[in-house]
Amino acid sequence: MFTVEVKVGLKKGVSDPEGSNSHKSLELLGFGEVKAVKSLKVYRMQIDAPSKEQAMDRVEEMCRKILTNPVIHTHEIEFL
Amino acid sequence: MNIDEVKVCILRMEGTNCEQETFDAFSRLGASPEFVHLKQLEGRDTIVGEKRNLEDYQILMFPGGFSAGDYIRAGAIFAARLKSSIKDDIIKFIEDGKAIGGFCNGFQIMVELGILPAFDCTLSEHPQAVLHANDSGKFECRPTVLRHESSGKCIWTSQLEKGDLRYIPSAHAEGKFMLPHESQEKEDELYHRLFDEGRIVFRYSDPNGDVDASYPYNPNGSRFNIAGITNEMGTVFGMMPHPERVFFRNTQPDWYRRKIGPEEGDGRIVFRSVLDHITKKF
Repeated sequence: MFTVEVKVGLKKGVSDPEGSNSHKSLELLGFGEVKAVKSLKVYRMQIDAPSKEQAMDRVEEMCRKILTNPVIHTHEIEFL
Repeated sequence: MNIDEVKVCILRMEGTNCEQETFDAFSRLGASPEFVHLKQLEGRDTIVGEKRNLEDYQILMFPGGFSAGDYIRAGAIFAARLKSSIKDDIIKFIEDGKAIGGFCNGFQIMVELGILPAFDCTLSEHPQAVLHANDSGKFECRPTVLRHESSGKCIWTSQLEKGDLRYIPSAHAEGKFMLPHESQEKEDELYHRLFDEGRIVFRYSDPNGDVDASYPYNPNGSRFNIAGITNEMGTVFGMMPHPERVFFRNTQPDWYRRKIGPEEGDGRIVFRSVLDHITKKF
């Protein structure tokens, strides 16, 4: 059993209203040291697979089929 | 084919919530709509008699709403399930010249499914576009002005003239139409292709028809104010605003002062156009 985190982010140049609004709110609350905020979505999953490589292949397939839209998204896969 | 013989599949799943207005629009014009749950097309968890086949319909509708709670991305779950179960049926449906339409969440589903914009294919393996979060970062819900851009290619708006303005409400948080940005040149090329092929159907405008008008006329920040597009055949059509909500003129803003014709709301022509096409073709 593997614990895997998939971090889905936005490609460079894609608007990130959630990130920019969070940044603005932090500034308004006095956190002026925050210079940039980017929003990310993280999926943490338990994968039952015979090997790490096979688990990786399946997670990549999940990213292609549903978790990301290649037009705007990047993704990183991390085994915990 | 008589209009009452036109079977419309109003496809829904958990979270769909505009199916009744969509059903009523087709029904009021004399067609034969039917609510069909995704499971009935998949053949999953259905009892005898509940299974449905897509080939028995002439129109497939993806109504608006929040299918699967808009989780992951708006429309992504509905699209992934369709693709894994009846992808070939959908391709055949389109290649037979039948009509597919989607409003709001329906448009999002169609883009995630790969049947729009569908460059050089009927259904792309991966999405070729996206309806991204509104630039304002919030849900935008109000009447929007749309300028019709098609010159008759799209069967869903064939009864509209190019340049016609329509008041149709928008209600979405993820409606910013975007194409891939490998480079500015390649992105521009794709947009120009949509324009050159007559596949931009509606653009947001101001009340004077200016399609360069920015927010709030353009509620989401879509480049070129794109509000709705069609596929190469002109049979598959998606738009973010909701024509089914303005079937009658008394559900429009300023309906009394504008005096836009007996009983006819600005959205009805979309349903009339597609039904006219289907009755003549089949």
